[in-house]
Amino acid sequence: MKNSIKRFKESYLFYSFKRDKTAMASFVILVIFLLLSLAAPLISPYNPYDAKTTDLMNAEIPPAFMAEGTSEFLLGTDNMGRDLLSTMFYGLRISVLIGLGAVFLQATIGIMVGLTAGYMGGKVDAVLMRIADIQFSFPYLMVAIFISAIFQLMFGIGSFEQLSVPLLVVIIGLAEWPVYARTIRASVMGEKNKEYVEAARVIGLSRPVIMFRHVLPNTLTSVMVISTIQVANAVMSEAALSFLGLGMPVTMPSLGSLIKSGFEYIFSGVWWITIFPGIFLILFVLVINLLGDWLRDVLNPKLYKG
Amino acid sequence: MSHLLEVQDLKVKFALRFGDLTAIDGISFTLDKGERLGIVGESGAGKSVTGFAIINLLSKPGFIAEGKVLFNGKDISTLPGREMRRLRGNRISMIFQDPMMTLNPVFTIGTQMVETLKAHRNITTREAEKIALEKLRKVHIPSPEKRLDQYPHEFSGGMRQRIIIAISLLNDPAIIIADEPTTALDVTIQAEIMDLLQELCQEEEMGLILITHDLGVVSQVTEKIAVMYAGKIIETGDTQTVVNSPSHPYTQGLIKSLPGALKTGERLYQIPGMMPNLTAIPPGCAFNPRCHLKEEICVKDLPLLKRTEKGIMAACHMI
Amino acid sequence: MPYDIEDMKNNTPILTIKNVVKHFDISGGLLDQLKFKNGRIVREKTTVKAVNDVSLTINKGETLSVVGESGCGKSTLARVVMGLYPPNAGEIYYKEDRIDQLTHKEMLPFRKKMQMIFQDPYASLNPRKTVKQTLEEPLRFHNPKMTRAAIHDKIMSVMKQVGVDPAWSSRYPHEFSGGQRQRISIARALILDPDLIVADEPVSALDVSIQAQILNLLMDAGRDRGLTYLFITHDLSVVEHISTRVAVMYLGTLCELAKTEDLFATPAHPYTRALLSAIPRVGETRPKNIKLKGEVPTPVNLPTGCVFHGRCVYADARCKNEVPKLLKLDTGTFVACHAVEEKRNMD
Repeated sequence: MKNSIKRFKESYLFYSFKRDKTAMASFVILVIFLLLSLAAPLISPYNPYDAKTTDLMNAEIPPAFMAEGTSEFLLGTDNMGRDLLSTMFYGLRISVLIGLGAVFLQATIGIMVGLTAGYMGGKVDAVLMRIADIQFSFPYLMVAIFISAIFQLMFGIGSFEQLSVPLLVVIIGLAEWPVYARTIRASVMGEKNKEYVEAARVIGLSRPVIMFRHVLPNTLTSVMVISTIQVANAVMSEAALSFLGLGMPVTMPSLGSLIKSGFEYIFSGVWWITIFPGIFLILFVLVINLLGDWLRDVLNPKLYKG
Repeated sequence: MSHLLEVQDLKVKFALRFGDLTAIDGISFTLDKGERLGIVGESGAGKSVTGFAIINLLSKPGFIAEGKVLFNGKDISTLPGREMRRLRGNRISMIFQDPMMTLNPVFTIGTQMVETLKAHRNITTREAEKIALEKLRKVHIPSPEKRLDQYPHEFSGGMRQRIIIAISLLNDPAIIIADEPTTALDVTIQAEIMDLLQELCQEEEMGLILITHDLGVVSQVTEKIAVMYAGKIIETGDTQTVVNSPSHPYTQGLIKSLPGALKTGERLYQIPGMMPNLTAIPPGCAFNPRCHLKEEICVKDLPLLKRTEKGIMAACHMI
Repeated sequence: MPYDIEDMKNNTPILTIKNVVKHFDISGGLLDQLKFKNGRIVREKTTVKAVNDVSLTINKGETLSVVGESGCGKSTLARVVMGLYPPNAGEIYYKEDRIDQLTHKEMLPFRKKMQMIFQDPYASLNPRKTVKQTLEEPLRFHNPKMTRAAIHDKIMSVMKQVGVDPAWSSRYPHEFSGGQRQRISIARALILDPDLIVADEPVSALDVSIQAQILNLLMDAGRDRGLTYLFITHDLSVVEHISTRVAVMYLGTLCELAKTEDLFATPAHPYTRALLSAIPRVGETRPKNIKLKGEVPTPVNLPTGCVFHGRCVYADARCKNEVPKLLKLDTGTFVACHAVEEKRNMD
């Protein structure tokens, strides 16, 4: 353990991280975001999910710095009388949860498919990659509308609200796995012709062992790079779905559904319900993308030196 | 009478994160008209960097820290980019190991040759094509008229390297620097390319700097040799004298370790250890940890190139 | 096989390659195969004829080198022998057992006996595994009952034998130089105590002084362990130094097979002669190669008759039409050439 920490400190990754101010700043902001989402129940002044603490009389109170604002609600309240700051923390929590969950699902399916297709080649490859192409040619919005419509018909709206987080994870996860499958396949095809794979075959190792223990670890840098971008994409997808009313219900708002709920009031001068979660979302996605770009540059094998 | 090319005390450094790294540490040599110089050494000795430094094509973070590169008596190491570009590919050409690095796969050979000519000279396309044909003929490419319209992938490796040589000849350069021009090629093709280079130098009075790790090739093609080790020239002089009776223990070891001189199955002579990393060059003579003649002075003092009784220069305290 | 009948009496073959053919289909999917010809659409496959009807035996304890230029099929032959590619036709025997049609599981006992060393010391070691992990894997896999201590001891002793400091066993490949990596690669091949080692250009990527070290290591290991080598290389001076017999290949075909001294002293096949003349030797003052005419044909469209006829100055009509058979000369050399058979004047 000590050894690997030392190795990391001497690595090129850490070195270029220390030199890149954008990456450092993005990383710090990202960590703050993640801590906020993790600690949302502890740091939020109110619990937006607890109907007892909200009062419809408090609805649409402007932020504290405005003349009509009160110091009780720092960023004001939403149309249901919930403290906006607390709701945003909880919303961020949900967005992060769905983002990570969806990426985990995408990565699992994508890695399995890409690894199998790339290593086996031939017909297996052709079939798997055509499935990926077909999957990719369905707009995820259409898939989402379909699935949520079927779901609501089957189980009713009540249970939809309870199960919306796993449902969104599945929808976004299923929609985007071909991104992983393609990337992994490409790098597996590069790796599988290297002599260390032949060496493993000469030893007599079985195909799954070679695939998972030899080839897969050598494709993980590309997984790391796309994962960052995919988390940002998944968060954005979730926000888009919620904005269209296909995502998180208003009782359990994510950042996207908060923006949507505020959007109806924006022309009556109640801008804060939309703007604050919007800034939050943009900042979150931006820092992930900046980190992803940095990571891609650093891990690019052509630029990588020692 | 000044030399065609004179490298004086050239030092090349690389600015890295832990400080400057000296890749070439004060080398000097000369090249005259029609002369063929071989620079030999193992990987990491600095031979390729030398080639790039001469034409000032060091990629970042490399830079020329000290010394001069005189071409016809004029220092070209400090020339501004535009003037250097005019010189490169015009008066001094360079050939690389991988022909596909120099050839653009999406243009025909003809287009690439004509473009190169027009970049340096004010001539019409037709005139340029004529010159291109003449050069292709010079490198013995069969039916050059047809070849002009072909793409690089339609040629074999040997043919591609010939085309590269033809391109480098386009502007009748005074010097060709060939960096491992045949390492990627088969022996029979290598022999043909080397034959061609030698022929061109004799006919056109071109100077050739041949950078290679292959002592056999150097022996066949060049008149003068410079053996490099850890960024320094450790032995230089007439090629045949050096390869037949080397003075420096490293050159001796290198030649003795070649298979072919001994009986089948006999243990080869081996130089122990390996070339030091440029970050950790030992004090004194850089070769001392691997040298069987090592004495106290080798660890303390840096040996300088001295003329030996055979008429060549070697940098060793024990001579 | 027409040859080696007498030799077989004196030597026990450890590996026999009989009429092996390996072609690769590079035509891609169905759509790529469709071509428009003479007003019709036809399906056409493009195959690389890498190895065509090659037969060889390797005797116990010898070093048989296969030489030839790039694209001659020597590396493919090595991989067919190792079971990395299944042959399209022909048979491969390890001692008396036929091994080219075995299942993965049936092949395992032979895997222990036959190991391989690769060309590129940077690609042949998994960059994400330490030296110890790399060396441990074959041992664990083939000897599941081996104790931890025994494995450790074995790794240490093999590392010592190949000249890599055992204290470095927890390092990753990128921390080693090319020569040291090649030593580790050799250690991986030796750790299962094989009888036969197929070495595919093991020193081509190394510097001269390191090359000598690795060749010495291979020769020492061969002597100490009684190894048999199938040595694949394009470097004829290396071949001359280490091999007992030499097989020369051109475009997937065996041209000449001879004892090393005989091959270098009196090469029979015109291609062998050209190849030998092209070796640059220290002390020579200009290239002395025999000039070949024409271009190397691609293994996709093999020439008819003798594959070398288009480049050979002694070729005639027979060479264009008839594939030459391997012929045994008085010296014991086998050569596939009509000109040699007819005793045409070749000086």
